[in-house]
Amino acid sequence: MMKNNIIVVGAGGAGLVAALNAHASGAQVIVITKEYPTRSQTCMAQGGINAALSNAGEDSVESHIQNTLKSAHGLADEDAVRFLCEAAPEAVEWLDSIGVPFSRTKDSKIAQRTLGGASAARACYAQDYTGLKILHTLYDRCLAAGIEILSERYLLECLTNKDKNSASYVCGVSVLNKRNGEIEVYKAASVILATGGYSRIFHKHSTNSVSSTGDGIASALRAGARLSDMEFVQFHPTALRSSSILISESARGAGGFLLNSKGERFTNELAPRDEVARAIDEEIAKGEDVFLDIRHLGAEFIDGELPQERKLAKLYENIDPVHELIPIKSVAHYSMGGIEVDKNSSTIVEGLYAAGECANHKVHGANRLGGNSLLELVVFGKQAGENAAKYAKGFNKELEFSEQKSSSEKLIQELKNLPNEINFYEKHDLLGEIFYKNVGIRRDALALKDALTEIKKLIEELPFMGVGDKSKECNTNLIEFIEFKNMLELSELTLISAICRDESRGAHFRADKPYEDNEKFRAHSIINRDGVVSYED
Amino acid sequence: MKINIKRDVVVEYEVDLHNKTLLEVLNEIKTTIDSSLTFSSGCRSSVCGSCSMRVNGKEVLACSYHAKDGDLVEPLKNSEVIRDLVVNMDRAYSFNVRAKTWQSSTATNVSLTQEDEKINEIQSDCILCGSCYSACPVYAVNGEFLGPFSLTRVWRYVSDKRETDAKEKIDTIQTNGVWDCTLCNECTLVCPQDISSKADIEKLRARSSMAGYMDPNFGSFGGGFFSGDDGSPSF
Repeated sequence: MMKNNIIVVGAGGAGLVAALNAHASGAQVIVITKEYPTRSQTCMAQGGINAALSNAGEDSVESHIQNTLKSAHGLADEDAVRFLCEAAPEAVEWLDSIGVPFSRTKDSKIAQRTLGGASAARACYAQDYTGLKILHTLYDRCLAAGIEILSERYLLECLTNKDKNSASYVCGVSVLNKRNGEIEVYKAASVILATGGYSRIFHKHSTNSVSSTGDGIASALRAGARLSDMEFVQFHPTALRSSSILISESARGAGGFLLNSKGERFTNELAPRDEVARAIDEEIAKGEDVFLDIRHLGAEFIDGELPQERKLAKLYENIDPVHELIPIKSVAHYSMGGIEVDKNSSTIVEGLYAAGECANHKVHGANRLGGNSLLELVVFGKQAGENAAKYAKGFNKELEFSEQKSSSEKLIQELKNLPNEINFYEKHDLLGEIFYKNVGIRRDALALKDALTEIKKLIEELPFMGVGDKSKECNTNLIEFIEFKNMLELSELTLISAICRDESRGAHFRADKPYEDNEKFRAHSIINRDGVVSYED
Repeated sequence: MKINIKRDVVVEYEVDLHNKTLLEVLNEIKTTIDSSLTFSSGCRSSVCGSCSMRVNGKEVLACSYHAKDGDLVEPLKNSEVIRDLVVNMDRAYSFNVRAKTWQSSTATNVSLTQEDEKINEIQSDCILCGSCYSACPVYAVNGEFLGPFSLTRVWRYVSDKRETDAKEKIDTIQTNGVWDCTLCNECTLVCPQDISSKADIEKLRARSSMAGYMDPNFGSFGGGFFSGDDGSPSF
């Protein structure tokens, strides 16, 4: 029996905040990451973190709540949103107290900027490196606390046992040590998943890191957790056209325009992301190219507030936004859906918690507001860490799972033995193209069903795929194959959820049903492993 | 385009790509020619630090370097090569712990001005890619040297008004720290974020002197209270 120890999977913002808070609550914590800490998706967040501080004009917590609820299109849990927005000022104050180098106003307050769908300048920022600077400061805090972080371990399964009443409880994780190829099992009274989203399903049409492959979500599902709102994937309006690299919403918040080939503006640039992405998509469907224009903001402002945007545009689009238009398109950016958790950040599997993008705390609903994702990882990371620590303290069950290590070993061997007649990398390209075309900004029943047929075909072809690299040490080919398998699993569930939601709501826009059907669908979709969808308030 | 990649031996690959980043070229090789080629990547946008490696002897991020015909691609130096272009970063990362790169305690009611914020704006852009440890000739011969990114990180916290025990931070970096650097500036030249650890080390030396520390190397040159040409102050 092991008491009081917690495994956190994922070393992005949510994972590190959870680890810090679990540690502060007296738990023994180990953080496991498939990369190194500081290399997660969080470092790519640019725009800011929302909190109604009124540092740059009048604002209120109530406005933050109302903006968030409105953007969620009736699908957010109002209590959860209230909790998030009320906790926001304290969250930012805490980040400030541990040394996050926020940009400042002339009167020495934390600087704030306006993002889409916000009624005030609410996003606290550090130039356009907000996520990077928050993440690195959190990492330094973990070092100060002496929290053990194990890098380059890839999550295979959340391990579970059944208690006397045959209810599942978590008892650890199995991971593949990327360096030496060994399966490692970590026993724990509680596990917190902070593993990020699944937008890499869209492959080249995503702003995300190549690591956003939904590993934690897929493993939670296999361990008995429920997934919800999987059909809601946010498209970010402005990614660089040729590389899908993110250009922050703060460029529009500062006054940037969206223009078509004729040089005309065609939408309110500061509407919520679902609306702006659709407007861009419509222009492109008409044959227009779409550009972001920030030339009028001037070199001094751009270098001071948006240095990364200028660098990225130069590097990846070969244009200088101080003098030229930035060619853009909208691509997959954020998973609103994910592992269903309750108001304690707990899944239905006892002892299994989730926070950050992998979790669905029901605060984003059908469309997330910019600046709320960095906020959620601080607020709910803390909640998950504290509650997991409390649970672990009272843990008194058995941690026996001798079979599970050998079953993970068997799985790896089976994957290596596959014939590799079909190149799964080509199939990942195909998956991305299908999703971008059929499951993107504009969906309809026919296109979704076609996509599902294609995905089922890919799943049937899995036994003919495999890896060319059979080596044990540092086999990234093998890990990428397992990631692909996880993405395929989640693709199917995303599609089924999207087909079942026979209406339009937020990021889920059905051209064949272009209206909200509140009677039937003002509810969260829940999907189980067999692909059965139900709806709950 | 032909690309040479240092694996167990140097292997030449030919790909039909032009004007692409090295990361795109490596991905093309891995997904279509040789799935065993091993490298790390993440954000593709030069902010996560995963794909640092060397091209023709110089440290770059694969995602921000445009590959050219005949390039020789090698792993970072001064770290254990795990496989092909993947090195073990644990040792370099461990210097952050040894150099105590964090704020000593949580701060309350400390107000920072725009000028305060600018003091360590660039330093806090660091992505821990490790290019500077690969390029550092001191680290190459002294594996205990705290090294460029961790010293830059120390400066980040020491220079911040929220740090209440800067003296302890300065105490920590005297051995295998600021005085071991030769100020050769190699770290600055390879930093993808335009950070100069050399300049940060000079500033830490000045702080060290103010705290009563002296350059231990002066003694051996028969010096004492004279300024070296390394920028440290004389008094």
